[in-house]
This record gives sequence, structure tokens and C-alpha cells, in this order.
Amino acid sequence: MDIDVTVNGERYERNVEPRKLLIHFLRDDLDLTGSHVGCDTGNCGACSVIVDGVLVKSCMMLAVQADGSTVETVEGLAQDGELAGLQQAFSDHHALQCGYCTPGMLMSATALLRLNSHPSEDEIRKGIQGNICRCTGYVNIVEAIKAAAE
Amino acid sequence: MLLREVEYARPASVEEAVRFLSEHDGARVLAGGQTLINVMKARVASPDLLVDLNGLDELKSIDLAADGTLSLGSMVTYSELIASAEARARPILGEVCAQIGDVQVRNRGTVGGNVCSNDPTNHLPPLMVALGATMHITGPNGDRTVPAEEFFLGVYMTAAGPGELLTKITVPPGKSDGFASVTIGKDGTCIVNAAASVNGGIRVAIGCVEAVPMLLKADSADAVRAAVQNANFDPPSDVHASADYRRHLAGVVAARATAQAQGKS
Repeated sequence: MDIDVTVNGERYERNVEPRKLLIHFLRDDLDLTGSHVGCDTGNCGACSVIVDGVLVKSCMMLAVQADGSTVETVEGLAQDGELAGLQQAFSDHHALQCGYCTPGMLMSATALLRLNSHPSEDEIRKGIQGNICRCTGYVNIVEAIKAAAE
Repeated sequence: MLLREVEYARPASVEEAVRFLSEHDGARVLAGGQTLINVMKARVASPDLLVDLNGLDELKSIDLAADGTLSLGSMVTYSELIASAEARARPILGEVCAQIGDVQVRNRGTVGGNVCSNDPTNHLPPLMVALGATMHITGPNGDRTVPAEEFFLGVYMTAAGPGELLTKITVPPGKSDGFASVTIGKDGTCIVNAAASVNGGIRVAIGCVEAVPMLLKADSADAVRAAVQNANFDPPSDVHASADYRRHLAGVVAARATAQAQGKS
């Protein structure tokens, strides 16, 4: 099936099998390997991306369902080689250990801050509820998101 | 994970969706996909054709009628319901949807998907039964309605049969509702849940203990406790809870949901 998707501002026209998950389309067809496959069961959130302004887990959506959509991935956060404020805050606060969950955390935090520019700690924790950090480094992740909001 | 090969259709109307569903063996509705895509990965379900309803705006509306009846399109997502001013006419709906999964799941998962998948641990089947909701089904032979308490037929089975489609759920007016659950982790899968609604008498629907939500009617909180005991449920045992413990929890969550519905919690 032919699909037309805009990812991080760039338009892509591709032919994909209906069975292809959005995460595999991003990683394998577009070579955007920032979004990670973690659990592949919808639990870990490492594959989180923003589709038409809505945060989703891209392992639970088909690529064909993104036809006509605008997708944002972690690769689109930095502009002109400058880290986004949130990315800089993650770096400053050592909000990553192994880094595997980081792209998903950044997308969830991006979506959260768009809806709520000054979230409380509780709201931050709720906002990243769908993202698992198996290093359990949540404290610094929450600190980083708090700092980015200020 | 690579899914088994599957065909994909994006109908432009409910009518066309019903045609796809009734004319193709092995066709299945793709709603939010937060359950179906995962069971397809595990090969537990292997549909031949996915009929994607995401393009059907007619299934995405939330309307509040003058008499207070709330109408929820089957493709309304949990997040849309939580954010809806109309849906606040029955606050328990948003409160319960906010306990399902996480932000990403709530952004994609739908009201219709939750009831039609009818996993015994889902939140909305007992809630819709307690609220006395009505399910609106359309199929090749036209439209029909089914009361929620007759909609859930068995594990993963509902009155929406092959070739049919749930289009909306209507919820009568009311405010005195409650919901309680014991979950695996915060906002995780329910071990036992219960919804209650007070409107004259008390309606309590208990989930996770049998294949379908178990409806009990009583006229006081004490009578709810007694009714749960007398019901003598036969819940499953698993690594999270023994059958005995689930049976005990059924009484606990029924009492908590009832207390909330009576404004006592």
C-alpha cells in the first residue's frame, strides 16, 4: 500500500505492507533508528512518537495508519544542531543511564510539556507513566523535565 | 515483531465498514489497536483483513442530549472522553478512563474497543453494566440496541456478532456512581474491579471474577456485601491472586464502589 507520511518535517512516499508496524517503518524504511523497540508489547514506551500531535506507542500502530499524518520522532527535537531545551536538561541532570528509554522519555515529556507547560512532580510522573526505565533512573528524569519546564 | 500477512481496508462510512466485515471471513475491526495489534504479534488472533475505523468521524462524537443522556461514539478514545466537557455529565466515565493504561494507550485506545474486546479484566464492561448503558449495534440487517447487561456473552465475546459493528454507547443521566479496583501496579491490569451506581436501588457490576461482569442489585450497602457473598463467584486463580482471594476482593471492591456511589468515600 502506498503511504505519504511527513516525519520531522520531511515528506516520505513509500510502499509498505499493511502488516508493518510504524516503529519498523521509521527504523527500517526511513533509517530513523532513534525510536527504540523495547518490549514490543506496548508496555515500555521506548518506541513513543508523536503522530498528528498525539503521543503514541509506535509498536501498537500500523505504518499504513500513519498515511497522511505528521510524525515527530526524537531525531526532530534538536534544531540546527542545537539540542532542544528538554534534551539539554536530560544531559545536565544525568537523566539517562543506559539511554535505551531516553528517546521515548523525551517524546513523552515533549508531549506533556506542550499540554501542560508547568507540570507538578505528580503530573510529570503521570506523564511518563507509559515509559519504563529499566535502570530505574526516574528521579533524574523527573528533575530534568521539571528543569526544562522552568 | 513481524505480524502475519494481513490485508487492510479503510472504509469511508459505517455502511462500507459493515460490508467489509460481513463479506469477508476473517475480517476484524481495528479500533485503537492497543489490544488487537499485540495479540496479532503473539499470533493469538490472525485476522485476514483489518477494517480500520480510525477514519470514521461519525463514530467519534460525544453528545449530551437535553434529557441528560450521553452518547459516546465507539471510536472515542479514552483521552478524548477524559477531555470532553459533555462527558462530565457522568463524571465516573472520565474518572475510570483515566485509570486505564498510560498516556499513550489512552490516546489510542477506544471506548468501543474496550467493551468489544471484553477481556474480563477490562474496566468498561462492568462500568457500562452498572450504569445501565445501551449498546448500539449496526450490521448487514440494520441497527439494533442491546442493554449492556446482555451485551457481554463470554470471555472476548459480545452480542456484536460477525459482520456487526458497535457504533455507539448511550448512558442514561445520573451522577451517583463509583468504581473500585485492585490492580497489578498503579493503573495496571485489574485483579478484581467493581462499578456501582445508585438510582433508587444500587446496581453493582463486578469484573474479573467470571467471564462477564456480574450484576448484583441491592437496596443498601449491607445488602451489597450479602449479595456478593451469596453470589459465590468462581473466579480464576493465577500468579496474582488465588480464587479465594479474588472472591474476598470482590466483596471489598463492591463495598468501596458502593460507598463512592453513595457519596460516603
